[in-house]
Amino acid sequence: MIQYAGILLILIGIYGLLTETNLIKIIVSLNVFELGLNVFIISVGFVREGVAPILTSVNNHSGLVFVDPLPQALVLTAIVIGLGTTALGLAFARRIYMKHGTLNIEEIGGGIND
Amino acid sequence: MKKALAMLLLVLVGTLLFMGIYAMEGFRPYGEVDLAQRVSQAYIDKDVTGENPEVVYGISKDLETGSANLVTSIIVNYRSFDTLGEVTVLFLSALGVSILFGSFKGRLRSRYQPNFILRTGSKVVFPLILIMGVYIFIHGHLSPGGGFPGGSMIASAILLMYLADEAFRIRIEGFKMTEGIAGSLYVLLGLVGLTLAGYFLSNFLNTGTVGALFSAGIIPVVYVLVGLKVGSELTGIITDFLKGEVE
Repeated sequence: MIQYAGILLILIGIYGLLTETNLIKIIVSLNVFELGLNVFIISVGFVREGVAPILTSVNNHSGLVFVDPLPQALVLTAIVIGLGTTALGLAFARRIYMKHGTLNIEEIGGGIND
Repeated sequence: MKKALAMLLLVLVGTLLFMGIYAMEGFRPYGEVDLAQRVSQAYIDKDVTGENPEVVYGISKDLETGSANLVTSIIVNYRSFDTLGEVTVLFLSALGVSILFGSFKGRLRSRYQPNFILRTGSKVVFPLILIMGVYIFIHGHLSPGGGFPGGSMIASAILLMYLADEAFRIRIEGFKMTEGIAGSLYVLLGLVGLTLAGYFLSNFLNTGTVGALFSAGIIPVVYVLVGLKVGSELTGIITDFLKGEVE
């Protein structure tokens, strides 16, 4: 079920990327897309009745059923890189707003039609 | 028109995704994964190179990696090179943000004055958040968390101070210095591993007993460095975003 939710979020993100004209909304769409992808990758590693992949004094040996730690490690990387790209994108959006006074990409134009 | 086209494309992509993923051979249904068929089992047994007896918390000694947190053992031990790249990407984006806002001076003025509760409460909470952040990255190999969440917590404490105090300033040079030193030490640690054990970022220290604070070899060292680096980088990003207009 959660896998379908992940795919749905990916599709919502793509829809936002295709239709939105506001720069901030485009960045948010990118984030939704990425979130869906992360949910999907995490769900691939889920094992029914598996415990979190951390050895503690309770879950104390490696023979237990763990959920897959590898997708979690990959998603951690993806989250951090997503944060970096979002920060850079928002910085660009702010500079563009200062130059053009608008965040709408149709109002900014491509320079050919002007 | 654009929306209808987007919708059409979406249905197409969705169908392809759905059929492509679930028709793939070897893709297990949700929750019915057998880890023994995946590479992850080697990471759980802490033995990628051969057969290993069961790892027991608090007893097993001198394994490939002594980290009790299996995700951490993958991030900072088996795939540490990947993490170095990840830290580099974060560094590049922080650099990009600071170049874009480089000509800005002063601070962005907020329309709202911070109220009494925020001003007073932030002074109480600030050291607690800072200590919690440091705790999280020091215990990254034992408990959930690690360098990235710990660093983010430190940056969030600084953000709280920015919100609570209009006149709050940090000396950003100090943070930039911390970031540079931590990043260089990470690479240096990798090079030491290359010299001593034969490959970049190898775990050359004694890995100790699983579950002890001083265990897991270079994992806590790397995570402290990553925590400091991420904390100062995110603080730099926050500071750049709060810069005011060009003067």
